[in-house]
Amino acid sequence: MGANDPQAAGKPATKRQFRIWRGDENGGDLQDYTVEVNEGEVVLDVIHRLQATDAPDLACRWNCKAGKCGSCSMEINGKPKLSCMTRMSTFTEDETITVTPLRTFPIIRDLVTDVSFNYEKARETPAFAPPPGVAPGDYRMQQIDVERSQEFRKCIECFLCQNVCHVVRDHEENKTAFSGPRYFIRAAELDMHPLDARNDRKEYAQAEQGLGFCNITKCCTEVCPEHIKITDNGIIPMKERVVDRKYDPLVWLGSKIFRRGQVPQTSVTSGHSSGAVHSSGGAGGQHSHAGGSHDPQAELQAQKGVNWHREVPHPTAPAVDDRGKLPLTELTFDRAAAPSPFGDDVTFPLPPEHLNFAHPDQDKH
Amino acid sequence: MTAPSATTPTTRPGGARPRAAIAARTLRTDRWWLQPLIIAAILLFFIVYSTIRIFMAKWYYVEDYHYLTPLYSPCISTECVPGSAHFGTPLGDFPFFIPLGIIAFPIVAGFRVTCYYYRKAGYRSLWASPPACAVNEPHKSYSGETRFPLFVMNWHRYFFYLAALILLVNIYDAVLAFRGPDGNFGVGLGTLIILVNIVALAGYTASCHACRHVMGGRLKHFSKNPVRYRLWTFVSKLNVRHGTFAMTSLFTVILTDFYVMALSAGWFDDLRFIN
Repeated sequence: MGANDPQAAGKPATKRQFRIWRGDENGGDLQDYTVEVNEGEVVLDVIHRLQATDAPDLACRWNCKAGKCGSCSMEINGKPKLSCMTRMSTFTEDETITVTPLRTFPIIRDLVTDVSFNYEKARETPAFAPPPGVAPGDYRMQQIDVERSQEFRKCIECFLCQNVCHVVRDHEENKTAFSGPRYFIRAAELDMHPLDARNDRKEYAQAEQGLGFCNITKCCTEVCPEHIKITDNGIIPMKERVVDRKYDPLVWLGSKIFRRGQVPQTSVTSGHSSGAVHSSGGAGGQHSHAGGSHDPQAELQAQKGVNWHREVPHPTAPAVDDRGKLPLTELTFDRAAAPSPFGDDVTFPLPPEHLNFAHPDQDKH
Repeated sequence: MTAPSATTPTTRPGGARPRAAIAARTLRTDRWWLQPLIIAAILLFFIVYSTIRIFMAKWYYVEDYHYLTPLYSPCISTECVPGSAHFGTPLGDFPFFIPLGIIAFPIVAGFRVTCYYYRKAGYRSLWASPPACAVNEPHKSYSGETRFPLFVMNWHRYFFYLAALILLVNIYDAVLAFRGPDGNFGVGLGTLIILVNIVALAGYTASCHACRHVMGGRLKHFSKNPVRYRLWTFVSKLNVRHGTFAMTSLFTVILTDFYVMALSAGWFDDLRFIN
């Protein structure tokens, strides 16, 4: 290794100073390391070298090393970044590089945080509502109608935007009422979707997601590694759509005169006043259409209007033990790993007759 | 909340679990304070300058060349100097504490205060909420724009509609400025400055996020509204430069006003090109 390494082409390796936060929920501090850096490396490479040399117990989450999985989010010199996309060449040789975990989420250990806040918010966001009477396979959309939504599909869920947003970063108490930029662009994506059947997404974004907390300071856009224009193309259009329903004088007058654009109260917004509403733990379940809510009514609602061309088995939750948990210990579990989300009795590839997709022209049932 | 059977760490008992114990307000090593400092200086300068000028009640009109400063347009009081009241004087006399620009100024000020660009600039530099990305804000609690007074920011569209009308007034003023002392066609440096100001103001107004929404952003099906889709596409291109237009037009307004003030006060003469 080092300068004499025949594989190290170009510049010789240098020694760099790193300060890395080590600790867990009981506390921790920044620890100094001196580590070798070769040409062309990124911060994640250096962290891996540290794991191989000075700090074998350094915890760090990573996966693809290509800026596409969104796992290696951390704060490098105070800026939220993907460590696999932060080149060492952007620092000077005498610079001490400080690496800390994401500050907004609870710490697990070292550089690993518990980002489940984001998954809770994802589960609360109502899923795509299929247009009634149109069978899957019959969906037809024009490119200009879907291209706005497609920008938001680039999201890799690294949660850097969720981490940098001062609404929750500086105010833990706002976490219940505020979903964060990632879920505002999800709401915008679905509200702009040409075939989405829900017409209460604006009200939902304002009343349940806490869109009003956002004060447009654009840090989410600044840190997005996918360069999604979160604020300009997602949050502001969503805010303007809320204004349509709640604040625009001309639209209000038009709706009074022509009696159009009026939205009936739905389960999403009924029973809540305007403004930020703290979603309680129990209320979260009713928004989940992802199959995890264990609420038969919600599941039926999610399936409503979908013509699958056949009888679809109702999604059922896996069996739990008497503590209400999945039996997941290695000693007592009868399988080698966690249960399949598709059901342990399902093997792939599925027989074609079990597929939920049926082509409207070729598969006449 | 998750369902009771989920086995993610979410279901761990206890409320908010601790974050990483890092005492520093920020670990950023760049000069993150520079940008908000510059923006704050610019905004404060404009606020002070325009407040002084609004209450000055003189040196706002150059009779020879028909230059009217945008801060006093439309001038509709009987106290307006002869020639400056392009739209008559329907409101008669104003008491001394009401400035002559009372019609336009609240509109354009409201338009700028509620503007999505100035919200970013103001919240960051004047209110430090947050001062810069990943820098802790000094405030103990935060409710954003969910309640009074800040939910008023949602009225940006009211101000956009009205500011578009004021822009038409300003364009009319600019057309009148293409005259010489004898009333025939004439162009001077002041005319060009007023023209540049109009271009900047038009760019700022047309690139506004509310304008983008009104033109077509609110549609679900662009394919069914091809004309509005083209309008939206055009405004979207301008919208990328909204911050640039916002700051440029701030300076052109100050420059125009200062030039008109200087001519009106006789500090120097207008450079005439034609007539």
